[in-house]
Amino acid sequence: MTEHARGAAVGALPQPGRPGTAGERSPTTVELGLRRIYILPTRHGVLFAVLLLVMLLGSINYNLSLGYAFTFLLGSVALVSILHTYRNLAGLRVTPGKAQPVFAGQEAVFPIHLYSGTKPRRCMIGVQRKDGSPVFSDVPPETPVAVSLNVVARQRGTLHLGRFKVFSEYPLGLFHAWSWIDPESSCVVYPRPGKAAPATRAGTAPSGRPDRSEEGDDFAGFRKYRAGDPLSHVAWKATARGQGLLTKQFSGPAQETLWLDWDALPGLNPEERLARLCRAVLNADAAGHRYGLRLPGKSVAPASGESHKRACLTALALFRGAGAVRRDDGSLLRQVAQRFVALFARVRTSHP
Amino acid sequence: MNTSGTHHLPAAALTGLILSLALVSAPHVLHLSPWMILWTVTAAAWRLAVARRGWHLPGKWPRLAMVLVGLAGVYLEHSAILGRDAGIALLVVMLALKLLETSARRDAMVVIFLGYFLVITNFLYSQSIAMGLYMLLAALANTAALIGINHPGGIRAARRHLRTAGTLLLQALPVTLLLFLLFPRVEGPLWRLPKDAHQTGTGLSEEMSPGSISHLGQSDAVAFRAIFSDAVPPQDQLYWRGPVFWFFDGRTWTAGTRTDADGPALTALGQAVEYTVMLEPHNRRWLFALDLPGSIPTGGRLTGDYRLLSGRPVTQRTLYDVTSFLEYRADPELSPGQRRRALQLPAFGNPRTRALAASWQAHSARALDFIDRALRHFREEPFVYTLTPPLLADRDPVDDFLFNTRRGFCEHYASAFAVLLRAAGIPARIVTGYQGGDYNPLGGYLIVRQSDAHAWVEAWVEGHGWLRLDPTAAVSPVRVELGLAAAVPAGEPLPALLRPDNQWLHRTRLAWDAVNNGWNYWVLGYGPEQQLGLFASLGLGLLSWQDMAGILLAGLGVALLLLAVFVVRLPGGTRDEVRMWYDRFCRKLARLGLARKPHEGPQDYARRVVSLRPELGPKVLPVTELYVALRYGDDHRPESLRRFRRLVRAFRTG
Repeated sequence: MTEHARGAAVGALPQPGRPGTAGERSPTTVELGLRRIYILPTRHGVLFAVLLLVMLLGSINYNLSLGYAFTFLLGSVALVSILHTYRNLAGLRVTPGKAQPVFAGQEAVFPIHLYSGTKPRRCMIGVQRKDGSPVFSDVPPETPVAVSLNVVARQRGTLHLGRFKVFSEYPLGLFHAWSWIDPESSCVVYPRPGKAAPATRAGTAPSGRPDRSEEGDDFAGFRKYRAGDPLSHVAWKATARGQGLLTKQFSGPAQETLWLDWDALPGLNPEERLARLCRAVLNADAAGHRYGLRLPGKSVAPASGESHKRACLTALALFRGAGAVRRDDGSLLRQVAQRFVALFARVRTSHP
Repeated sequence: MNTSGTHHLPAAALTGLILSLALVSAPHVLHLSPWMILWTVTAAAWRLAVARRGWHLPGKWPRLAMVLVGLAGVYLEHSAILGRDAGIALLVVMLALKLLETSARRDAMVVIFLGYFLVITNFLYSQSIAMGLYMLLAALANTAALIGINHPGGIRAARRHLRTAGTLLLQALPVTLLLFLLFPRVEGPLWRLPKDAHQTGTGLSEEMSPGSISHLGQSDAVAFRAIFSDAVPPQDQLYWRGPVFWFFDGRTWTAGTRTDADGPALTALGQAVEYTVMLEPHNRRWLFALDLPGSIPTGGRLTGDYRLLSGRPVTQRTLYDVTSFLEYRADPELSPGQRRRALQLPAFGNPRTRALAASWQAHSARALDFIDRALRHFREEPFVYTLTPPLLADRDPVDDFLFNTRRGFCEHYASAFAVLLRAAGIPARIVTGYQGGDYNPLGGYLIVRQSDAHAWVEAWVEGHGWLRLDPTAAVSPVRVELGLAAAVPAGEPLPALLRPDNQWLHRTRLAWDAVNNGWNYWVLGYGPEQQLGLFASLGLGLLSWQDMAGILLAGLGVALLLLAVFVVRLPGGTRDEVRMWYDRFCRKLARLGLARKPHEGPQDYARRVVSLRPELGPKVLPVTELYVALRYGDDHRPESLRRFRRLVRAFRTG
């Protein structure tokens, strides 16, 4: 299953009790408690048990009293190590963080924040996605530690981090204690930028007439700040005087406004169109143009700047129209059935 | 962050592993041949050079070659690859090779496990108190190395790993004790042991020739210990009976052909003496009892000549209860078979001895008169009792002893005396065993050492049965009254322990022996019987092993639960330390009548306190400020928390 498909499968189910939409949920902290932590012997633990059995048989056979004592000592150490392994995880606070958006094909980096209370140092805490390789870190008391889980983003859209486990085999490596965490963390995956940008001519507005911006190089006055205005145009001195956010307006030889338009790319498949639009957004931003984006059913008003670029790229990432797979919520009965199946799957994977 | 913790083995962890292995295999140096030690040290040094200096590990084929060479070496050394010595040699040699292919955590774990196994093999050689302490040390080192493998870090981490290992061991000790006491014990062995499973101990042998017992006289190894129910009988009554010899070839006494069909017929004349013997392993079947045993320990039997035998060789410390009669009449009738064997002499040899016996016999009306005459001879002629007798002639050694050297140890006197008796037609046999013992007032038991080994004679006299006669007592009465040390001339090679000028040493050794005896009894001797006894003494009666397992599981459950509370302090109990100390601060203020109101924030509270009691300001404000920073700000530094604690603790309302 690809990352995208997994993300979509999770996203198709409205999660009870967790408001907000994917990608915008606030990070939730999980404290690993008694009920969440599972513990089983590792392969080495099983080997160790076999060793103890051999030692016990040897002690019986040769009637070695100290042999009994040593065997029992090692057995007790193993038993006590269960408590230590458990203690190493218990009470650990895990906060899956938000990943910065990436382009398809890149690795999304999900920070996982680990925080130990006042307890002694926790050692070799492993964090691992299913089928992924683990990353380890010590967590000293009262010191936040972050590890990152890297996920390759294969397709544009919303990439969900998915379930990951926090585990520990410290101190002896004989027992594996783990806890599954099913976070809301997700990452917006922009389309992979296409090779060529669409041949958008400057000033080609949808109406077909050149659109002149009201902005140029000469300062013309203030107006109230609107979302999307470039931050470099904000009159900070006025803000410091308590006049609120004002945007400086310029006039003069005006910048041209570009319209990046889906319809300007006929004959290509939707993903290729999105890829080319993505390249166009990047180019326009790099050139410092004002630009707008128009997609079937969605458009972003012309503006410039970092947040505008992000808005455009996000619109491209999450675009679901004109041939893109539509979500089918189905009947109520089907929703219930889906939820049941997902719940069952989660229970099963908690007991590997 | 460390992303490679599972597979790669850092140099520090490897060094810890090798150091721990060195400690674990150190005692085996005594049993290994030099090339094996060199082999092991070389492999360890090579592996360290790989980790620290970038050398290369040997490839697959060189390793295979080394395995074959190691196998061949062990086989050539021991003519076997199984058995105790060969098996341990093989384990050490192969463990060294395993080091040379250890690069991942997986391999290192296996090496550690083998290290644990190597510790337990030490107990095949010794189970002394020192070995027990060594076991704890080895467990600590090996466990620390195991933690090092599972938590790679530098040298500073090594100390932390040792501490963690120590914590684990300390917490494991109560559980270990429970398991040791309650785990249902089974009587071994479960399968046949290799021939060299047990050490050959010193002790009496199956024959007696001149020099065989005086040789033992120089060893202060413990033969057995005995605890008497009542008072210890006088020293000169303590004849501990062992092997009995009937057949004489002119020099050496052996048991001869056994005709044990004749059962013993013992009539007790005095009080029974009850005692418990803890016998050190000697790999023979005989058990020792005071002359003459009147009861048979479980698993043993009594022969026609009053020897107690165990069902199988005594290869481990053995505990048995026995009753003896110091005054008795044994075998009023002598069977023809026994009479024939008790009169056997070689056809030729020792002519002067025979002539001497014949001359006395002519003047003795009765057997007892002859016996008195012979004993008087030993008493009055210039015989010397010595640990270092001269060698006797090959021809007619008894003649040489009686008429030339006249210096001998108990076996010389017993042998000569028995030959004299037999030559005069009086049935006689040699009894070997121990005489006397060293009473340990600290432990309340008697220690019998190899240096107490003794030989005496039994003669059968009509109307009296078998009589114990000790010619050594005639030569040196002090020997049976005060022991060997008092009897031999100064300067003889006595064991250090027996030297009369070493009183303080003697006392120290007695104390140490008492400790060892306790160790032997309570730790090493703890077996199925003692386990049943323990439950019985707790008032639980005789329990089946299922009951015991149940008690064990319940005990383990309780112990682990207690430990869990102690170790884990279950989550939910994750205490908010900042809050805890602030609450304590508030309680201190409440004692002044300035209790915090439920709706009051810390800053409002502080303001109110200061407005009511301005003099508290310099103390209250810093605490509040720090609390707000710790709790609501982003101050997570441990030193701030420490300062906060200090301020609250120092806050006095008086």
